[in-house]
Amino acid sequence: MPRRRIELNDHIAHLTILDEKGAVDKKLDPHLPPALLLKLYRAMVRGRRFDERLLDLQRQGRIGTFPPTSGQEAAQLGAVAVLQPEDWMVPAFRETAAEVWRGRSLESVILAYGGFSEAASLDPPGPTLPVSIPVGSQMLHAVGIGWAARYRGEDRVALTFFGDGATSEGDFHEAMNFAAVFRAPVIFLCQNNQWAISIPRTQQTRSPTIAQKALAYGMAGIQVDGNDILAVYAAVAEAADRARAGGGPTLVECETYRMMMHTTADDPKRYRSEEEVEGWRRKDPITRFEIYLQRRRLLTKAKIAAIAQEVLEEIQAAVDAAEAKMRTIGDPVTIFDHAYAELTPALRAQREAFQAEQAAATKEGSDA
Amino acid sequence: MPKLTMVQALNLALNQEMASDDRVIVLGEDVGMDGGVFRVTDGLYAAYGRQRVLDTPLAESGIVGMSIGMAIYGLRPVCEMQFSGFVYQAFHQLEGHAARMRWRSQGRYHVPMVLRAPYGGGVRALEHHSESREAYYAHTPGLKMVIPSGPRNARALLVAAIRDPDPVVFFEPKALYRAYREDVPQEEEVLPIGKSQTVREGGDLTIVTYGAMLRPVLAAATTLQEQSGAAAEVIDLQTIAPLDDSLFVASARRTGRVMIVHEAPRSFGPGAEIVARLVEKAFYHLEEPIVRVTGYDVVFPLFARENSYLPNADRVLRTARRLIAA
Repeated sequence: MPRRRIELNDHIAHLTILDEKGAVDKKLDPHLPPALLLKLYRAMVRGRRFDERLLDLQRQGRIGTFPPTSGQEAAQLGAVAVLQPEDWMVPAFRETAAEVWRGRSLESVILAYGGFSEAASLDPPGPTLPVSIPVGSQMLHAVGIGWAARYRGEDRVALTFFGDGATSEGDFHEAMNFAAVFRAPVIFLCQNNQWAISIPRTQQTRSPTIAQKALAYGMAGIQVDGNDILAVYAAVAEAADRARAGGGPTLVECETYRMMMHTTADDPKRYRSEEEVEGWRRKDPITRFEIYLQRRRLLTKAKIAAIAQEVLEEIQAAVDAAEAKMRTIGDPVTIFDHAYAELTPALRAQREAFQAEQAAATKEGSDA
Repeated sequence: MPKLTMVQALNLALNQEMASDDRVIVLGEDVGMDGGVFRVTDGLYAAYGRQRVLDTPLAESGIVGMSIGMAIYGLRPVCEMQFSGFVYQAFHQLEGHAARMRWRSQGRYHVPMVLRAPYGGGVRALEHHSESREAYYAHTPGLKMVIPSGPRNARALLVAAIRDPDPVVFFEPKALYRAYREDVPQEEEVLPIGKSQTVREGGDLTIVTYGAMLRPVLAAATTLQEQSGAAAEVIDLQTIAPLDDSLFVASARRTGRVMIVHEAPRSFGPGAEIVARLVEKAFYHLEEPIVRVTGYDVVFPLFARENSYLPNADRVLRTARRLIAA
């Protein structure tokens, strides 16, 4: 009869393994193989340098708007590094570094931000979905994919990315709820980068953490230092093991920071202070990982310089290839491609009219 | 040949497709144990189990978004929306993803799913339970929009929708769910999506319609012939998008007089596109302005007034007489 206290036995942990000074908790270190550590380091550096180059290209008018990933390399790469090639990645739109890890070419990224849908035809056939722009909506696709994998008896997990802003969307709730109810093998990876354009994390939710939202859905949740690639890897590996064992979904909140603008159309100086950005610069995910690798004698100053140079060359080659392709990519009649499995009668007629219009315009141009 | 209601005919389609193809999964609210609020999925849970007939949490976006993921993985989900008035909570999944994934991925992924939903008036229901908003889906590139008009074509079109490689929104005229029975063969029968059908031939007037409006149109056409001898040709669209204009354009060129009947609101409704096609392709054959007998541009009234809102045989007949006399 009386009002009684309901004990919630669950708890939320916070995990840091590699701190911002580069000190490592030896007991928690996942002891990743040196080759993987170096591959991750190179991927982080490539992500950062590529962002900087894309920003230059955008400012020079050579590509359109894009969302930079700088500062979030550890959260993205630590997570996808756990996946097997046949596991699924379901991205939002700020996961370029992770997409490239999964096999997307830099050329495809440049071409897409250059405004050409053909970019997707360069992408490898593997199970990585294209970027999804409507915030939070892609999370449900990961639930369907994870459910289908289990239905087929296939040992695959689906990792989906989203941001702190997405946690306000209805689809966040529906995806978390459906995944938990159906025990779908899904990893919900929240890149809490503190800002949804101009809205700070504290105005997005009154929950002290995003990770704790997992408890309400009856799933595991953990908060990690998202700039600590070892912690992200360890938390996501634990989530993947749980999913593969039939233990259902996990919410992993990565606390990180969007070092640049939301997209190149945004000016963050309007809503956040330079001091705040400086504070996060000291927690940079690449800097601390570099120190860790040097202490483990996997990196030297010379090797760091060599990687930096190789990455710049790789980016330059991609820019050259993409710009050459953009100059010659040709006929816009491809807008009619892939509307349906087969063109409908109306679309066939519209496609013919489009081509006739193009021909007429060309003729007028040449007559003039 | 067994005589089936539309509910039974739809159930037959689902049952046979599930039996022959283990990629077909049924999901939605109350579709399992309960067999759906209209019983369209009755018996499927017992036959195929909870692995293939999913009672989902109550969330439309969740149902459609999850279906998209299943379809991307290679399954053939058939999801049920309890009423078409609740699809709006999933509309962004349809418009933003189901309709675009093939294009966005340049053919790498596609979404072969069916969204079934009862639509339309005539069952004395609550608000949000009677609308006819097929135009939203027909206007969305990447979607197909199908509306059957009777038990037999409902079954054959649903089979086609399940096998279609693109996302299909399948509206079921709930007023017809149990209105009458029709011969439906047990053997496989498939009707192509994107094809209209001439259901009554005539040389004096063309009536274009679909869904629940077909029956009052046919009744009016019979009365018209009895009373005045005028023969109306009746064309059932069956698919709203992609719209098959071949039959109604050919018919209009013969009769020169066209009426369009739908329960959807008039402005920007499917009739507007039909008129546009006729102006483009049959203009010089038209003897009279094309007329539309439709719902009005108002919120669908509560049920005490729904019969005043919905087109019926009398309204069609009066309009036909005016059109013939003109």
